Amino acid sequence: MVGTGPVRNSGRWRGQVKVQIDAARCQGHGRCYDLAPEVFGEDDEGYGHVLGDGLVPAALHAQARLGAMNCPESAIDVVEEA
Amino acid sequence: MTVDDRFEQEDLRARRDERLVGTRSEVMAGPVRDWATDFSHMEPEWYDDPYPVQDELRERCPIAHTERFGGAWLPTRYEDVAAIAYDTDNFSSRAIVMGNFRPPLDIAPAGGVPPISSDPPFHHDARKLLLPAFTKKAVAKQEAATRAYCHSLIDAFTGRAEVDAAAEYAQHIPTRVIGDMLGFPQSDEPLYREFVEGALEGLNAPPEVRVERTGHLFDYLVTQIRDHLEHPRDDLTSYLLQAEMGGEKLDAFHVAGTMSLLLIAGIDTTWSAIGASLWHLARTPEDRRRLVAEPALLPTAMEEFLRTYAPVTMARLVKHDITWRGADMKAEDWILLSFPAANRDPAHVDRADEVVIDREVNRHAAFGLGIHRCVGSHLARMELRVALETWLERIPEFSLADPEAVTWAAGQVRGPRTLPLIVQPAVT
Repeated sequence: MVGTGPVRNSGRWRGQVKVQIDAARCQGHGRCYDLAPEVFGEDDEGYGHVLGDGLVPAALHAQARLGAMNCPESAIDVVEEA
Repeated sequence: MTVDDRFEQEDLRARRDERLVGTRSEVMAGPVRDWATDFSHMEPEWYDDPYPVQDELRERCPIAHTERFGGAWLPTRYEDVAAIAYDTDNFSSRAIVMGNFRPPLDIAPAGGVPPISSDPPFHHDARKLLLPAFTKKAVAKQEAATRAYCHSLIDAFTGRAEVDAAAEYAQHIPTRVIGDMLGFPQSDEPLYREFVEGALEGLNAPPEVRVERTGHLFDYLVTQIRDHLEHPRDDLTSYLLQAEMGGEKLDAFHVAGTMSLLLIAGIDTTWSAIGASLWHLARTPEDRRRLVAEPALLPTAMEEFLRTYAPVTMARLVKHDITWRGADMKAEDWILLSFPAANRDPAHVDRADEVVIDREVNRHAAFGLGIHRCVGSHLARMELRVALETWLERIPEFSLADPEAVTWAAGQVRGPRTLPLIVQPAVT
């Protein structure tokens, strides 16, 4: 299933991961939604956006980090929330 | 409905030529004396193999200079290339092909081929017009036809032991795809090679020869535009003809300039990327065998080919005198913005000079950085992936027929132009 429904019960576990895209930096390279299609999507102009509310379920942490680390503009933050 | 008279004037070509009257600098050619103070991208020791030159400069003189081309600078570190790409206050995109000709100042902010030649704020709206047609989702519609066309090119190799993968394969794929998207007749495809060479190569040719060469392309585009005005259809040309910016239709030179950009930049860049990838695989049997055995690795490998053999180098013009990171730059000096050099900076990437086809983290700048990120990058990636997938499936065994016979394009778009390969089709 495509992970458009992220984890809702935030705070229940430690080590929650949240992703965000800095729209001012994103130039629409699309590496995030190429590599992490369950975490990021593309808009009508090719810019990336975060699917859902940005909280990433554990099963998708690696995918989210891969997408973020490959952003040529370093526009994606992966925030570990305690 | 109003009559569209933008392309009716008889003097369109003359006005176009007049609009491009700029300044010319003295042609200085011949062997480079010292790469730090006399670099040139137009000499064979650069275009045959620029990487050792770039690596040496990065160590010794990371922002090189030359008096050629009326004065130019060459940053070789990733951080410097990125900073200039992001700095539209000090560096203009008014011209993006470095040579001995600078277009007039008043051609800004649109430039001759918007939006690549445009500066803010004009750039934003001109680019926005193009983005929806080039998203990953939009270009996916071309994939089936692209794949079928790749197969037909390989079908034509039947019975041959040697083929030119640049001239008989790589070149044709982006030509067909962008020509179809623009709505041009497929029978015109043989003309486009001359247009590409006229726009991007032979930069030391006399100015009148260059104006004449790019004029051929302009005349061709006007013919296509007039045909589309008479017979509108669902393609990029008709789209640009009805597109509006700020409530007004685009002027004739904006339409023709953007079409020229899409055609030229749509062809030679991807042609170069496909060719360079096949060249690498032809001379690196372990990588070729691994990709044949693990086709799922191709999207990752492809990014590494884009990093290490990035086809495109851009240019900027310095807007005003400035001392930039120690370099005394003068207004109208060129910057040769080498994304290939940035991609091989060991301060930015581990094992920078190695081709690591399973490199997972690959923050390369092959499609540029900042507001001028290649608008066709999703299309290019689709074409490159389909071209390589199809080739490897049909021709898993291939090697260079003669390494010395491989030739590379001169100028700012680098890729093989002659690539003779010994081929063995898949056993079916």
